[in-house]
Amino acid sequence: MRVVVLGAGNILLGDEGLGVRAIERLPLAYCLPACIELIDAGTCGMEMLEELEDLDALIVVDAIRAQREPGTLIRLVGEQVPVFFRTKLSPHQIGLCDVLATLELLARAPRYTAILGLQPQSLALGLELTPVVEAAMPELLRMIVGELGALGVHPAPREAARVT
Amino acid sequence: MSQRVTIDPVTRIEGHLRVDVEVDGGKVRKAWASGQMWRGVENILVGRDPRDAWAITQRICGVCTTVHAIASVRAVENALQLELPINAQYIRNMIILAHAVHDHIVHFYHLSALDWVDVTSALRADPGKAASLAESLSTWSGNSKAEFTKVKDRLSGFVGTGQLGIFTNGYWGHPAMKLPPEINLIAAAHYLQALEVQRHANKIVSILGSKTPHIQNVAVGGVANALAVDAQSVLSVERLLAVKTWIDQLADFVKNVYLIDVAVVGGSYPEWTAIGRGFVDYLSVPDIPLDGKNTRFALPGGHIANGDLASFKEIKSHADAYFRDGVAESVKHSWYQGGKGPLHPHQGETRPQYTDFQDDGKYSWLKSPTFYDKPMQVGPLSRVLAMVAAQHQPTIDYATRALDLVSTVAKTKVGLDALHSTIGRHAARAIVCAVAVDQLATQWDLLLANMAKGDLKTFNKPTFPQGEIAGFGVHEAPRGVLSHWIVIADGKIKNYQCVVPTTWNAAPRNEKDAPGAYEACLVGTPVANPEQPLEVLRTVHSFDPCIACAVHVVDHETRPVVRVDPA
Repeated sequence: MRVVVLGAGNILLGDEGLGVRAIERLPLAYCLPACIELIDAGTCGMEMLEELEDLDALIVVDAIRAQREPGTLIRLVGEQVPVFFRTKLSPHQIGLCDVLATLELLARAPRYTAILGLQPQSLALGLELTPVVEAAMPELLRMIVGELGALGVHPAPREAARVT
Repeated sequence: MSQRVTIDPVTRIEGHLRVDVEVDGGKVRKAWASGQMWRGVENILVGRDPRDAWAITQRICGVCTTVHAIASVRAVENALQLELPINAQYIRNMIILAHAVHDHIVHFYHLSALDWVDVTSALRADPGKAASLAESLSTWSGNSKAEFTKVKDRLSGFVGTGQLGIFTNGYWGHPAMKLPPEINLIAAAHYLQALEVQRHANKIVSILGSKTPHIQNVAVGGVANALAVDAQSVLSVERLLAVKTWIDQLADFVKNVYLIDVAVVGGSYPEWTAIGRGFVDYLSVPDIPLDGKNTRFALPGGHIANGDLASFKEIKSHADAYFRDGVAESVKHSWYQGGKGPLHPHQGETRPQYTDFQDDGKYSWLKSPTFYDKPMQVGPLSRVLAMVAAQHQPTIDYATRALDLVSTVAKTKVGLDALHSTIGRHAARAIVCAVAVDQLATQWDLLLANMAKGDLKTFNKPTFPQGEIAGFGVHEAPRGVLSHWIVIADGKIKNYQCVVPTTWNAAPRNEKDAPGAYEACLVGTPVANPEQPLEVLRTVHSFDPCIACAVHVVDHETRPVVRVDPA
């Protein structure tokens, strides 16, 4: 089993970087088994090709513009995944979109793909998340862990890990 | 009647670029290039520790992360007049070169080849004929009939599903597509092989840079790699030997596939050696330093006026006042507050003032840089011309090899002057890629030889003085001259400006209303069908646009990509 949790986004643009921030925080909050690889993809493209080949599951964490209240949790799976890339709900999908299309061409695409994220409030310049998105980040981490759980991987929360 | 064609966004590039052209009599008469995103990274950096700037600036863009890291540390080191240990230079040089090789391969095969190669035509090719042709041109092992048959079957299956995926944006069957089916099949096979090969370059960057994407090993004062002859936990000789294997595989592909494919495509489209010339003022900077002070370089650079190699004026060091004092940026046609005329980057300001798209007023988020008051073309073509002018023998050899093959395919003598063109920019990129992959091997040898002497030093600690200092960092990045400009006061950043390659090339009109390089090169480009302006894309893509670092995101709505209006 090989699972990648990929944080996408530009950390210079406020909530745009929430995917990367989630990847930074996930291992601080949970003990992740070795089959899970975390990738801080930023806004990169083809450099990630090899890392994303032949995955059992790819979980992309990203800012998702879905005309919802800022901070709303959003989960896209199945047929919504290609729509996500086609309709440019995210401003930096060019690189990642090309990588996934290339993996299709090579017949090495992930067997399962989910896109998890939050509706951003502001994409203005700055390294910080807005308070409303910041407040929703723990929920986003739980959502990622829930997604992993559905795949049969169960990361333990850090505190519980220390007790045992 | 003339027509106005708006391409927004230009696809298969990083970032958001809009191009408008006025077409009359089947040719572009007037052009505008407009960066559609605002760049404000400079504003984030003010007040921060200069040692952190590289980590922040490498987040500007998803394609050129490493180049901003390099230019940034060089700017701070220049301000401090800090000399580097030579090992740090060699390691940085290898990262720079591996990144450049990766970038050029991906740009040609995966981003721009589809402007010239019709994948659907490859389905009609005879794999046997394709193999005889390819084997007559190259020793590459991936040119067999069996390989081409396999690729043709794979493409048939892919196209048969009706989902073209990665190939969706191609203009299949366009009248400007002229390659025979066999050459299209060869190119499609190499497209797939390039996907395999590019990973070697990426591995080199990740081993030396400690992480990819986003390298972690650079530091103001050197690199954070601990070198060792034997230990496992650091950059050991064993790991460096793995790097050497990848360098050799890259060299085989670049010299025996990429360089040849570009020449064959170029020779098959000889009319494109006369399209996209624009203005012929070129700027490049020297790179791949061979000393700790950035005064001796493996690859020369400088200024060429009016396409005349005899006019070449070399930029001699990374502190050369000739470069430092020549750069200024105008915002007369950019969505920033101006009124002060062109400003030197150390005095540069980034205060947005959005109007609307005004043909004769402000119409781009890009500033308009000039070198001694003139707009410049930057990129591989500028570099090839500078290196030929500087009598750099490897460049002369690869350029001769490429142009000889172009001449054979085109059945007419094609000389150096043909490089001042849309297809010439692709040829120049392949030539610098071949030079870079050889230089990558040289830098590897230099590092190993220096380690063998017992020198394992990689870092000189910086100290920041009280008071104000200023510096600039230059780097000949894959897309051309990149410069970061920093003013430091009492150890904190007071001003920071990035003048990036695509800003030079995709610049709007300047203070004197002279067009930028894209705008100038587009004039005269033929357009067979305004609804499918493939020819415009060919010229724009020949520069390898990368807009993300030139500007930043404000808006991405779903819109039709091409719009045609009466002018």
